[in-house]
Amino acid sequence: MKASVIVFPGSNCDRDIQVALANSMGGPVDMVWHGETEMAKTDLIVLPGGFSYGDYLRCGAMSARSPVMREVVARAEQGVAVLGICNGFQILLEAGLLPGALLLNAGRNFVCRDVNIRVENSQTPFTNGYEQGQVLRIPVAHHDGQYFADPDTLVELRAADRIAFRYCGVGGDEDGAAGPRDNPNGSIDDIAGIFNDRKTVLGLMPHPERAADPVHGGTDGRGLLASLVSALA
Amino acid sequence: MKARVHISYKTGVLDPQGKAIGLTLANLGFAGVGDVRQGKLIELELAETNADKARVSVEAMCEKLLANTVIENYAIELDNE
Repeated sequence: MKASVIVFPGSNCDRDIQVALANSMGGPVDMVWHGETEMAKTDLIVLPGGFSYGDYLRCGAMSARSPVMREVVARAEQGVAVLGICNGFQILLEAGLLPGALLLNAGRNFVCRDVNIRVENSQTPFTNGYEQGQVLRIPVAHHDGQYFADPDTLVELRAADRIAFRYCGVGGDEDGAAGPRDNPNGSIDDIAGIFNDRKTVLGLMPHPERAADPVHGGTDGRGLLASLVSALA
Repeated sequence: MKARVHISYKTGVLDPQGKAIGLTLANLGFAGVGDVRQGKLIELELAETNADKARVSVEAMCEKLLANTVIENYAIELDNE
């Protein structure tokens, strides 16, 4: 399996995901500068977290139009797996690879803490290592993470099992919605991450690469990377 | 020619900054202020002198970059001085 991490000016989680992925894969990970117009053959493209282009205009707006993204969109259309974490999720939405948008957190504060998320679809290359309904504890760190989509898009996301993760309480809240403290940003329907229709593109606000080693204080994020390794190797 | 692009959130999109501004106005004693929405103003200097062509070009800019039409509306104002 080959993996590539795109580095934008202002990315700051690129090294974290590189290390976490290399540990899961047992091999090196390519780093690709955003100005590149070509990319070596790869099975997985990661858009990392950070503050690319200083969040100018809208988070992810500039990065989504940078040269390498034409290639990323083309590869995604061919079915290459694409993972966008935090700022990477914002970029995927701005690039039109996923539907909806991410707005300023409803509470207006930057939120940096562990949250609980529930696995809503474990039948994908990104989540096959988890149990359906499993609750993961993974950190978030963002200012613009309030997921928004129009009602038709939400119906489509639910009907096609495209909601990857929902914010939830410690127990998973199987019978109802997350409490106000469990949803850190006011995301509609407690959505923390979504897939494209083919389940080959995933965008999520929580940072699995920050819960991938015991020294991080948790390893719940490692399952996402292990899922990809088992699906793509 | 100058173009001004006004960008605002669509109805139904929560604008936490607008809400905070509304609360602060109320705290300052300004009564009778309802919903507050904060937008953006982008000013462009254009070489184009034909207003119709300029509008077409700025519309394309809005669709491609300046606005995110999932959540935002835009209005273009041309100033032919």
